[in-house]
Amino acid sequence: MSTPVLFDLPGPKARARIRLSTVVGAVLILAIVVFVLVRLGGNGQLEAQRWSVLFDPNSGVPQALGEALVATLKVAALGMVLATALGMLLAVGRLSDRWWVRVPVTTVIEFFRAIPLLVVIFTLYFVLPGFGVRLSAYSALTGGLVLYNMAVLAEIFRAGILSVDRGQREAAFGLGLRKSQVMTLVLLPQAVRRMLPVLVAQLVVLLKDSSLGFIIGYFELLRQARSLVEFFTPTFGNQYTFQLYVAAALIYIIVNVAISQVARYIERRTSRNAKAGRVAPVPMPDEGMTAPVPVPRR
Amino acid sequence: MQFFIDNFPLLRDAFLTTLSLSLLAGLLALVLGTLLAALRVSPITPLRGLATFYVETFRNTPLTVVFFFLIFGLPQIDFAVGFFTGSVIAVGLYTAAFVAEAVRSGINAVPSGQAEASRALGLSFGQSLREVVLPQAFRTVVPPLGNVWIAMVKNTSIAAGFAVTELTASLQRLSNANAGELVLVLLAIVLGYMLITVPSAFAVSRLERRVAILR
Repeated sequence: MSTPVLFDLPGPKARARIRLSTVVGAVLILAIVVFVLVRLGGNGQLEAQRWSVLFDPNSGVPQALGEALVATLKVAALGMVLATALGMLLAVGRLSDRWWVRVPVTTVIEFFRAIPLLVVIFTLYFVLPGFGVRLSAYSALTGGLVLYNMAVLAEIFRAGILSVDRGQREAAFGLGLRKSQVMTLVLLPQAVRRMLPVLVAQLVVLLKDSSLGFIIGYFELLRQARSLVEFFTPTFGNQYTFQLYVAAALIYIIVNVAISQVARYIERRTSRNAKAGRVAPVPMPDEGMTAPVPVPRR
Repeated sequence: MQFFIDNFPLLRDAFLTTLSLSLLAGLLALVLGTLLAALRVSPITPLRGLATFYVETFRNTPLTVVFFFLIFGLPQIDFAVGFFTGSVIAVGLYTAAFVAEAVRSGINAVPSGQAEASRALGLSFGQSLREVVLPQAFRTVVPPLGNVWIAMVKNTSIAAGFAVTELTASLQRLSNANAGELVLVLLAIVLGYMLITVPSAFAVSRLERRVAILR
């Protein structure tokens, strides 16, 4: 495993001890699972009929969840494209030689990194109408996701650009390329390749954050699950509550794991590229958290 | 200025709610996350599997969904928690996964000679982890843990959607009541968050320099 040095290759006694702990550990985990299942079963949460509603087209639940997934993906996809494009632009702007580009861009990046995403969304949705700008829940959510994530992605791109070997830049200038050509033809492609894992982790975060639409009433996955619960409650009581939330959570997990797998696949393919060579992974302070605050050092 | 004086009690309470929510959730995340990181490098397969499963699940689930399970799901297995307690647990459980990843990367960054030496001295797995590896690991992960902490403070804003009147919730309330002074409302809320995050970032960089290991 990751640090096999922490324990020696076990001898006969240690093997027996590990085997014993393995059994004890497995029993313990099993006990927790059984406890939860018994508790759920005691409340009748495990009855097949309660779960079958998730797959029964007559109940309208699969369609509703499908639509909600589309709504989630719509926001996330638009957000991902815009945030990536703007993030790249901001990263280049922050590295500009001209102070009147660098200073405002830096201010924008630092501002949006410093405030919570939900505050951005609330501002677009509740505060802007005070100035006569009325946004739908969809645009407020997308706008918030883009503004916040472009700042985070800009820092990721910047760290990537700065990590490209200095010789690349010097050679490109030596060949007579212009500044913009050096950036777009030489530095950015290598930076993107290097930053791919972190980039995808942040895009997964963006997809997860689209669930904040729940709070401002955009009908994404979570809101839809909630409204289905509210729809069923008068007739069936709390019968389907738990099942619907589990379904929503599982859909998120499946989509996110799928994205991560695609990223891993692309990473494997590009690292096989002989021209790129095997690059050392670029250390990023953190990844995946809603707001990475990368501190690339010059 | 009048605006700040008029709404001072509300803003102060909201700020204190955010602060206590962050501190309690941070403590929970630190303890649980360290435990998970230790499990992930342990020789016992089921425990390793359990920790991996936990980290992967929580890293791929939106925090809002975690909130949902704690506040609307727990009553289904006969545990009901209040909104504030539920929020602390939700943020804590979610952040623990990120703390675990950070601490594990720290454990991996400790030169293997250290672990080999402690093994050679006859320390057990638990002893070498506790006495030799983890103290060094924590020193190297001060900056990433600081980032996790700052991100977590901002994540507590989601509690606004679950009837906890912290800073973001008061943004909504104040902007309805003070339609003429929206910029001030926004400024107050942003300042509230910065009051926590800016000193934290400063403290983290001080701490990083103080505990850095010179090799």
